[in-house]
Amino acid sequence: MDYTTLILLAIPLLSIPLLYLVPREFAKHVGLLSSLVSMATLLYFFYQVFTICTCKPIQMTFNEVWVKSLGINFHLSIDGVSMLMLLLTNLAVPLIMLSSYGSSQGNTRGLFALILLMQASLLGVFMAADSFVFYLFYELALVPVFFIILNWGGENKGRINLKFFIYTLTGSLLMLVAIIFLYLQTGESATFNIRTFYHLGLTATQQSLVFWGFMIAFAVKIPLFPLHTWQPPTYTVAPTQGTMLLSAIMGKMALYGIFRFVIPITPLAVAQWGSAVMILAVIGVVYGAWIAIGQNNIKTLFAYSSLSHVGLIAVGMFTLTTQGLQGGLFQMVAHGFNAIGLFMIADILYRRLGTFELSKMGGIANQAPRFAILFFIILLGAVALPLTNGFVGEFLLLLGIFSYSKVMALVAGLTIIFGAVYMLNTYQKSMFGESNELTANFKDLTITETLVLAPVAVIVLAAGIFPELFMKLTEIPVQGLLENLGEGVLK
Amino acid sequence: MKDIAWLLPALPLLGFIINGLGRKALPKMVAGVIGSAAVLGSFIIGLMLFMHVHETQHGEVLNYYRWLSVGSLVIDLGLYIDQLSAWMILIITGIGFLIHVYSMGYMSHDAGHNKFFAYLNLFVFFMLVLVMGSNYPMMFIGWEGVGLCSYLLIGFWNTNTNYNNAAKKAFVMNRIGDLGFLLGMFMIYYYFGSLDYQVVFAKVAGVEINSPIIVGIALLLFVGAMGKSAQLPLYTWLPDAMAGPTPVSALIHAATMVTAGIYMIVRSNIIYTFAPSAQTVVMVVGLATSIFAAIIGLKQNDIKKVLAYSTVSQLGLMFMALGVGAYSSAMFHVTTHAFFKALLFLGSGSVIHAMGNEQDIRKMGGLWKKLPITAWTFLLGTLAICGIPPLSGFFSKDEILLNAFTANPVIWGLAVVSSLITTIYMFRLLFVTFFGKFRGTYDQEHHLHESPASMTIPLVVLCILSVFGGLLNVPEIFGGNAWAHHWFGEMLFKPALGGIEHAVSHSMELVLMGVMLVLIAIAFVVLRNKYITKGAVPEADEEMTGFTKLVGNKFMVDEIYDFFIVKPIYLFSSALYYVCELKFIDLIVNAIGDGIVGLGRLFRRLQTGNIGFYIFTMVLSIVAILVFKYFVV
Repeated sequence: MDYTTLILLAIPLLSIPLLYLVPREFAKHVGLLSSLVSMATLLYFFYQVFTICTCKPIQMTFNEVWVKSLGINFHLSIDGVSMLMLLLTNLAVPLIMLSSYGSSQGNTRGLFALILLMQASLLGVFMAADSFVFYLFYELALVPVFFIILNWGGENKGRINLKFFIYTLTGSLLMLVAIIFLYLQTGESATFNIRTFYHLGLTATQQSLVFWGFMIAFAVKIPLFPLHTWQPPTYTVAPTQGTMLLSAIMGKMALYGIFRFVIPITPLAVAQWGSAVMILAVIGVVYGAWIAIGQNNIKTLFAYSSLSHVGLIAVGMFTLTTQGLQGGLFQMVAHGFNAIGLFMIADILYRRLGTFELSKMGGIANQAPRFAILFFIILLGAVALPLTNGFVGEFLLLLGIFSYSKVMALVAGLTIIFGAVYMLNTYQKSMFGESNELTANFKDLTITETLVLAPVAVIVLAAGIFPELFMKLTEIPVQGLLENLGEGVLK
Repeated sequence: MKDIAWLLPALPLLGFIINGLGRKALPKMVAGVIGSAAVLGSFIIGLMLFMHVHETQHGEVLNYYRWLSVGSLVIDLGLYIDQLSAWMILIITGIGFLIHVYSMGYMSHDAGHNKFFAYLNLFVFFMLVLVMGSNYPMMFIGWEGVGLCSYLLIGFWNTNTNYNNAAKKAFVMNRIGDLGFLLGMFMIYYYFGSLDYQVVFAKVAGVEINSPIIVGIALLLFVGAMGKSAQLPLYTWLPDAMAGPTPVSALIHAATMVTAGIYMIVRSNIIYTFAPSAQTVVMVVGLATSIFAAIIGLKQNDIKKVLAYSTVSQLGLMFMALGVGAYSSAMFHVTTHAFFKALLFLGSGSVIHAMGNEQDIRKMGGLWKKLPITAWTFLLGTLAICGIPPLSGFFSKDEILLNAFTANPVIWGLAVVSSLITTIYMFRLLFVTFFGKFRGTYDQEHHLHESPASMTIPLVVLCILSVFGGLLNVPEIFGGNAWAHHWFGEMLFKPALGGIEHAVSHSMELVLMGVMLVLIAIAFVVLRNKYITKGAVPEADEEMTGFTKLVGNKFMVDEIYDFFIVKPIYLFSSALYYVCELKFIDLIVNAIGDGIVGLGRLFRRLQTGNIGFYIFTMVLSIVAILVFKYFVV
């Protein structure tokens, strides 16, 4: 039995009580330390296993019977795709925690405890090999973020937060129904094991039902057009840490779910309904970017930009091409870090200026050159300039989409134009021009702020210049998936 | 030799890093020297590579590391050294070096001096990646990289909103083209399974001529070229790009970056040779741009704007040449144009410098005596671009015109018109700026001075190149051996049958030259009479009427784009947000939510608390179930 998965899960969970044992003012340092330990541990396992041999599809497994009568196992495992998502989670959480340093948020002990709970839930989702465990963590992740928004959110948080909560919870219920349905099809083996679900031999109708059960849940969470309207207000009203958790990692649970559940379990339904989802998602890609062009609130603008970016990932994955899938998985991570960077930038502007409105900004570049440079590098990642992480992802996604449908590639490709428009507009309005009363004494980045933005900038460039390392992680799982699909169709 | 090829792009990159990190710490002099030395180093290595190619006579691929491999898609970061890239390297680093030296003088008083050199080095790096890459993605990396540097340098003085808008416009318009380039690459990969030049070109040789695939690829790539090389309809960013410091205009927006589209087509010449209908499109767009931009140039009074439209026009001429299959002629004109257009821009920079940032030629005049070096070199640059023998422009233009004539006399006729207009606006520019009376303010007149040596030396060197550059490709008729033509011939695809070059007789060639020269002479005499003898000055903006006004306003193209494209995009953005998003989609979502709450209220009424009511409904339900079970099922 391999305890790697349990160790990863235990670090954040066991740290939560620790936060309450130390004096209040040390709590956040303990939280940060815990997240750094998580990161170091993961990097150690990553180095040990995945750099030595990438040939085995599944590397670490923990499997214990949990509820025997129902066939539920506490079953966790890590393959290349899981590892990629774990890297995103455990590298992102320290940055998210650091982002709250220097902002006046009152009870940071509670905030850090919730972030740790969130981290554990996310890790659980990305390691789950049992669908019941997956569902459990998937829903558990909603709890901390709900309270984070409720406690530290901005104007109108109550109503917006409730809508977000009910919207995603309702979606997830359909997923629960789908999971129970699949469980019932396993017959005598009576198991929630995800891999068993891959070989159930479901009819086309059954697959369609399961497909929509999962897809509606995931489409709400990602979010995909037109089930996205909870997202921009929630991102805008949530505290920066909440927005980061939501956009950088939580939405990725659903995209990951498409890879783990939808495509392998319901290939016939994907063949039948995939194009419908893709068309909606492509509409969302252009829709989000187009709305972003006209936004004046920088946080809302980034929220719509995010909608556009994650839509493209979903489209690419449904092409069922190697480039679309590997590009999509890569872009999930790339978008995660870029989102953290962008929302941090919005937060830094807010801290200094007390507003998110672009029309009130200007002339900051010459006051705060360090901020200007890091902002610009992260922006380049968001507009997918070559040699940034965003380019690798979007290049592969669009290439995959092109081989599926040329028209779709053309329409989705509009984002590279629109993305340049709204991002350069944002930068110009906030950073260039003459400074005004509000921005005249804009202070350059503090150390902790630099410690958030600089690593993101490094990741933007490093992943853009050396993407091959990450591609190696997803190569075998994606190949395995596509081979299974091939066999399924042959049957 | 080829072992150190990687140093070529690496040196400017290193310069960028040093000057970027040390932008506050380094003294201006040091930063300038580091920036210039990096490019000079590359130039020297470039010369060695050039000699290497000269000896071996064939191209070589040098792969460094695997950038990306996904499924069957494999992209290596590698360099391709052949006749074309070696030639481009020398233009980029050679002229790049001169412009770096010039900038040491031109930017010496600017607070952002060191940042400027960092950006300039970064530009040279990306430009070298563009021409040296061994596959299309690498070309694209350089392609967008130079676009980024162009953006940064156009908006270099970033407190000015107009400059920032110009920078943004350049980037976005280039992005439109880049989408074409991207889709072109996807199509290449989809049909040929690779993006490496060698593999792709080998496969292209097997396709049917004018098949939809090859035409589609050629046209999509050309869309990219339209953006980068400022062709109709994506040219409007280039005149605006003059907002950047003048050395930038010379290096990026005249000599090197904007010729990337031509490089791309020459690199992909086999694709275009197999897609004659796409070639026709290239020819038509090039010719139309050439004439259109030249006409606009006639009525511009900003010294840099005239040169900018001239650049658009000359690039159009090069595309026309590509369109008739005269790849080496286009490359030759890229070269001579780089010499004289860089010269003219730097000359204009020297004028602007002396005039205290005045750019309107109506307020200049009579600068000849005060700025002798600038004036002489500007004169020779003008003669070169007009195509006066034996200056470089004569040879390169003549070759293009000859090829046009071979393809179709009508094309030749239109190209002659374009060249004639070029002559007119260039002489107008020269005469109004340097001759006649000085029309500036008293202060300006007393500050007039020749520029420092760091600025005049590059002018002189470029002037020498502009004068003698024609020697690179002296045609047979003058006893030359058309050296450049043969140089590029080595890397161009040679059609198996006959090919495009059916020769024109020598007498015909002389007649064509004669026609062009007579027209230029007439233009010279008329303009000299108007601007020097009679001392005419171009009319003020308010005095322009009718067609003149339309031309002066650049045919209102910017306004048309703004009204029909930009404004609607923003309006539609608001419409999407306020109507579709908030009043439609979200309203439905909220309605469902409210509906459920409403249903809850409805069902709550059933919970009356009356036990009798509960027992009654229970009994009723049991009866219903029994009925259902025994009678219905």
